[in-house]
Amino acid sequence: MAATPLIRTEQLAKHYRLGNGEGGAVQALRGVSLEIPRGAFVAVMGPSGSGKSTFMNLLGCLDLPSAGRYWLDGEEVSRLSDDSLSVLRNRRIGFVFQHFNLLPRTSALDNVALPLLYRGMRAEERHARAAQRLRQVGLAERMDHHPAQLSGGQQQRVAIARALVGDPALVLADEPTGALDSRTGIEIMTLLQQLNREGISVVLVTHEHDIAAYADRIIHFRDGQVVSDSVNARRDAAADFAALAATA
Amino acid sequence: MNFLATVAIALKALRTNKMRSALTMLGIIIGVAAVIVMIAVGGGARAQVEAQIKSLGANLMMVFSASPTFTGARSAAGTTHTVSEDDAYAIARELPEYVAGAAPSLRGSGQVVAGNSNWSTAFYGVTPDYFEVREWSIADGRFFEQAEINGAAKVAIIGQTVATNLFGDVSPIDQTIRIRTVPLTVIGLLASKGQSPGGADLDDVILLPISTARNRVLGATTLAKSRSVGSIQIKLRDGVDGKEAEEKVRELLRQRHRLQPGQDDDFTLRNMTEILQTREESSRVMALLLASVASVSLLVGGIGIMNIMLVSVTERTREIGLRRAVGARARDILQQFLIEAITLSLIGGLAGVLLGMGGAELIAVLAGWPIELSLTAILLAVSFAAAIGIFFGYYPARKAARMSPIEALRHE
Repeated sequence: MAATPLIRTEQLAKHYRLGNGEGGAVQALRGVSLEIPRGAFVAVMGPSGSGKSTFMNLLGCLDLPSAGRYWLDGEEVSRLSDDSLSVLRNRRIGFVFQHFNLLPRTSALDNVALPLLYRGMRAEERHARAAQRLRQVGLAERMDHHPAQLSGGQQQRVAIARALVGDPALVLADEPTGALDSRTGIEIMTLLQQLNREGISVVLVTHEHDIAAYADRIIHFRDGQVVSDSVNARRDAAADFAALAATA
Repeated sequence: MNFLATVAIALKALRTNKMRSALTMLGIIIGVAAVIVMIAVGGGARAQVEAQIKSLGANLMMVFSASPTFTGARSAAGTTHTVSEDDAYAIARELPEYVAGAAPSLRGSGQVVAGNSNWSTAFYGVTPDYFEVREWSIADGRFFEQAEINGAAKVAIIGQTVATNLFGDVSPIDQTIRIRTVPLTVIGLLASKGQSPGGADLDDVILLPISTARNRVLGATTLAKSRSVGSIQIKLRDGVDGKEAEEKVRELLRQRHRLQPGQDDDFTLRNMTEILQTREESSRVMALLLASVASVSLLVGGIGIMNIMLVSVTERTREIGLRRAVGARARDILQQFLIEAITLSLIGGLAGVLLGMGGAELIAVLAGWPIELSLTAILLAVSFAAAIGIFFGYYPARKAARMSPIEALRHE
């Protein structure tokens, strides 16, 4: 098991055809090869247009590469059908988005249980698992609340619970603190660090160095390529949050 | 993804926009209601015509004595007697390939007395053929025998209405009635026939052997001077072309009456079944008109559903992206939106059925038209509504299913 990394890419590339019919193409990703081991906490950084979003979409099995190969948890996914990709996302990946993407007028519990619906799981079991995850993110008291009745931080916690409910191998967080104030952002990072300590692998996209500092490894993208990939001594988000609370 | 969960999602989505959902359903509601009313009214008209054909006897053609024209003024058909009993026998004898039976009848009317009850009614002098031609059966007692016809026996067969009025609940068989002082023994009671197409009571009748009617009851009047009769009722064979049979009968009668080419017929031919069928035809045209209105309404309703589903898909692009991201397959999305469209049209369809049933009842009460609601019609209308949901919901659902998850998630 230790031999297979969680993520392995080999010369991963993606180009988009331009809509002008001239056959021109945009090289969004130009051959990225890297490995991410199980249990990692990686931050992906880079300016817009650097290819980091394209890379994340490929990691998240939302898109297929134009060239190169990608193994997730030992399984090559670069040639899978659309349906197989859906199943893979459902079973192996949890998504956290900048704008939470919770279903409106739907309880926190039902929002968290959503991925399990596509496994054909019975309602009782869906709800039991969702409730357990909501307790894990500290929202045991808010299960019946609709997104509109929750704060931004609480909504992101619901989203994190939803990402975890299917027991994924990997959590992909795309600017998870982008829509939150810095204090709430640190709170969310505390939660992600805590989950990481419990064994969940996290790949996080951010353009904030402060947020990237909570990761163990920082990968920089520019012009569709990795320009730096370095180990980082992670800051402890919980300590930062405590310090912030003390000054307040 | 299981079906019930999908239906629950669909219902929730429709509840979220109650007003919009209700307005979207309106087209389907009106369309289905119109279909239900149409089928109810059309079915009622057909049932009525069928009942009338049954009351007359199927494939019935009638020959009346027509008024001669030489007097200048024409009198009503059947009042003079140019058609004879022998014409009837000739028709039966000469045209066996067209005619199953030809029954002459002689009409009279008057007061009927039995004990201390009396009743004013019509009586007909008939032959045994009459019962077969009119498809009339006996509820009690027996038909005439040929000997009774030949011998002008003093016997009568009476209808239900007459029996009730003269004898009440007592069996009329073997009782004596008197018409114009002629005593007659009741030997049979006719089975009930209900109403004629014109609304007359067909059971208010007394049948006598034709000879008895002519020689004994009508004997004193001028009507009886020949073997002439008021009408001949002809039963055509099954599958015979009515028009062709009519021509044959006309030809035969003109020949027997020695009419020259160019001379008017001295009789009138009426094909009762055709008359009724014409009436049914006109009610069918009405139904067809209503059907086209209904189908236009259903079409518009379907387009309304497609329109609102397209709006809904666009509005919920991010939701679609999210569902795809957490593991919904394209076909799960397709199913979700398709079921939503079908739910819309089915609820609309059911509401339309209720409205249509109410409307049909209202027509029955207010306009007095007969209606006939069938379960088949209701099931047909509801499945048609569902089909519309599938047909018009498919395009928006496919659009939703084909969205790229990334684009959908990025949608503002």
